[in-house]
Amino acid sequence: MTLNVDAIVIGGGIHGCSTALHLCLAGLKPLLIEKDYAGRHASGVNAGGVRQLARHIPEIPLSIRSMGIWEKISDLLDDDCSFESYGQVLVAESEEELAVCRARVAELNALGFTHEELIDAAELRRLVPAVAETCPGGVVSRRDGAANPAQTTTAFRRKAEQLGATVREGVAASNIRHREGLWHVDVGPESFAAPVLVNAAGAWAGKIAADLGEPVPVETVAPMLMITSRVPHFIDPVVILRGRKLSFKQFKNGTVLIGGGHLATPYQDRNETVLDWKSLATSAQTVFELFPVMRSAAIVRAWAGIEAKMKDDIPVFGPSSRHKGLYHQFGFSLHGFQLGPGAGAVMAELIVNGGSQTRISELGIDRFHPITL
Amino acid sequence: MSVAPKREDYDVVVIGAGPAGLAAAATSAEAGLATLLLDENIGPGGQVFRAISSTPVTDRNQLGTDYWVGADLVQALRAGNAEVIHRATVWSLDRNLDIAVSIGGASAFVKAKRVILATGALERPFPIPGWTLPGVMTAGAAQTMLKSSALVPDGRTVIAGQGPLLWLLAAQILRLGGRIDRILDTTERGNYVAALPHAFAFLTSPYFTKGLSMMREVKAKVQVVSGITELAASGDGQLASVSYVAGGKRETIPADLLLLHQGVVPNVNLAMAAGVEHRWDDLQLCWSPVLDASGSSSVAGIAIAGDGAGIGGANAAVVRGRIAARAAVEALTPAAAAKLPAMATLRSDLAKAERGRVFLDTLFRPAPQFRIPAGDTIVCRCEEVTAKDVLDSVAIGATGPNQLKAYRRTGMGPCQGRLCGLTVTELMAQARGKTPQEIGYYRLRAPVKPITLAELAAVPKSEDDVKAVVRG
Repeated sequence: MTLNVDAIVIGGGIHGCSTALHLCLAGLKPLLIEKDYAGRHASGVNAGGVRQLARHIPEIPLSIRSMGIWEKISDLLDDDCSFESYGQVLVAESEEELAVCRARVAELNALGFTHEELIDAAELRRLVPAVAETCPGGVVSRRDGAANPAQTTTAFRRKAEQLGATVREGVAASNIRHREGLWHVDVGPESFAAPVLVNAAGAWAGKIAADLGEPVPVETVAPMLMITSRVPHFIDPVVILRGRKLSFKQFKNGTVLIGGGHLATPYQDRNETVLDWKSLATSAQTVFELFPVMRSAAIVRAWAGIEAKMKDDIPVFGPSSRHKGLYHQFGFSLHGFQLGPGAGAVMAELIVNGGSQTRISELGIDRFHPITL
Repeated sequence: MSVAPKREDYDVVVIGAGPAGLAAAATSAEAGLATLLLDENIGPGGQVFRAISSTPVTDRNQLGTDYWVGADLVQALRAGNAEVIHRATVWSLDRNLDIAVSIGGASAFVKAKRVILATGALERPFPIPGWTLPGVMTAGAAQTMLKSSALVPDGRTVIAGQGPLLWLLAAQILRLGGRIDRILDTTERGNYVAALPHAFAFLTSPYFTKGLSMMREVKAKVQVVSGITELAASGDGQLASVSYVAGGKRETIPADLLLLHQGVVPNVNLAMAAGVEHRWDDLQLCWSPVLDASGSSSVAGIAIAGDGAGIGGANAAVVRGRIAARAAVEALTPAAAAKLPAMATLRSDLAKAERGRVFLDTLFRPAPQFRIPAGDTIVCRCEEVTAKDVLDSVAIGATGPNQLKAYRRTGMGPCQGRLCGLTVTELMAQARGKTPQEIGYYRLRAPVKPITLAELAAVPKSEDDVKAVVRG
């Protein structure tokens, strides 16, 4: 027997969970399918950066929309997601890097975006007292911050279920097909049908899109992170470097998260990754140079989450070019966590209203496939 | 003094120099394979033969004849060409058999054709009220001090728990002139009946007479209370008293030191971090790796020997080490295997060494109330999470140990679940009406033991380190 729902969302990352939740808020009854459990992969194990800073211009409107939701995340989810907002700071390590920052801020200002602010050495030192003396300035996005990714994704999932979403975890969606105006999906022995299908399957989404005739240039990657033992509080904002792969964040409990996009080798079929310690050593050395206070800290754990990275580093977001009722929401290319809340809200608007006030026109899959609908 | 590995590639890397590792490395080297033995301690022996080359305890009777068997194993190893590095902490092993090891504050990387993990056992967590108070420690920790420094307790001392090691430690403390005021035996009365069908194998095993005489020796000098059904430590910032219930009667006794022990479980951290499949062992109540008859795991090239393969004791560990090494020799240089004892001989040695194990496992199966705590009793020491905290998280949607991290950070501290993992699995299984196998365990990550940022920073780098892209 086939159970009818209003929408089927494949993928229990922050995107799928957020879309399911926002569909519920719009009065729909969605089904959320997650092959492992919500937040098992990138959404639950990323650096938790809530960042508008240094984004690609096509996704800035979505990021700003999302920021507004982050700032009231407790109202939405009844969970604070450990969200805190001490800003994110992009550090220039040389005058050349600062010149690039200056040009970037000017470009954004010309487009009407004001969230990135150029800062000099004195303001940089005020925001990040521990940074090396030689850094001449940078850029700050003051409303940015960080949240606990596993807590956040779990909270979205929980709230969606409370509001009426059906959740299936531990079984993969299979046998996806379109018949007589409905999308049919099997989940183990069960079969569901809905007029709407959202492909939010992260690293597994590219295959779903390709199977439905919309292949895109996407690869599976696994950015590495490591966390230290507790050290005395010395920094509030999230720090990222202009010229080197490093992001850096101290949590309330004193532990410090070190990331920056060095990649592990993913073994997607086994849900496994093999870390590249020589690259992590590079991150450690950068921290060693910039933050002497960290030198005696212990690295207690390192890991990597599996996710999808587009060739152009911009997500695939919006309706299918080929199929009615199919929507894509994947390929966030190592920077999708902050976008999750806003992307879910916008996706629900696309599904329910057929459009959104938030500008997403450059994110569509139609950049790879001309629309044939 | 720190000595880096002489080569980057080895035929066989053995991790851990307890009975299994000593035997495996000696066997592998004897067959002519390039063999590296990495061990965390300052000398060979592991826990059972700790300080075998350096102990200040020279009267052989005090530590018992079984202890000195270790000296022969060390001698056999030293007679061969195996490269041995002590104070070497392996902090990463992956499925490509790349090994990262910290030696004297500097990290080195080696690659192996075969890895034999001989990382032994850990003491099972014993989460009773007050177990985190200063003055409460594990029997194993006390034994470490005894073997390596001849230190024994002299304050008011209570030993609580069960299992062969508890009696061995008690005997060793007494022989060295230490003080034990009372032993509280937590063995469940029903276990004696359950173990009975396995008694014949045990009676004919070497454990029997030794175990019996040791218990007699201890009971002659110390008051032993058996049938303990409740146990708690209390004190204000320091252990002051131990209270217990036996036969329905509660008693409280003053104490300066409480030594807890309820058996040992495989030390799975490195194997799990490497991706080796483990399953819940319903008899031993712990995770054990899935292995074939030669100790080979689900990851090609990684074998596990000794108590890390499932608790079997020192004699079985030695044979398992030889079997795993022989299998490595057969795979890498089949001709050289002819020099070694035949596999059939080794397997029959193993059967003999494992005789009586089921009896011990059944008799010393820890009682539920000492494995699955309730209320305010601490489960996760690193993050100070109580049993109630765990149950509250289950009630709002945490389904397993990894999901629980999002709620309570359990297992995310420096111990990486060594002190809470089994408790969390069993507690969540009970709360959710599932089996421990269904509930699962933490996904473990390297570094399996913490390393400093400075040490990692000093590691030689790869080329790909300057990219203008930053991400959060």
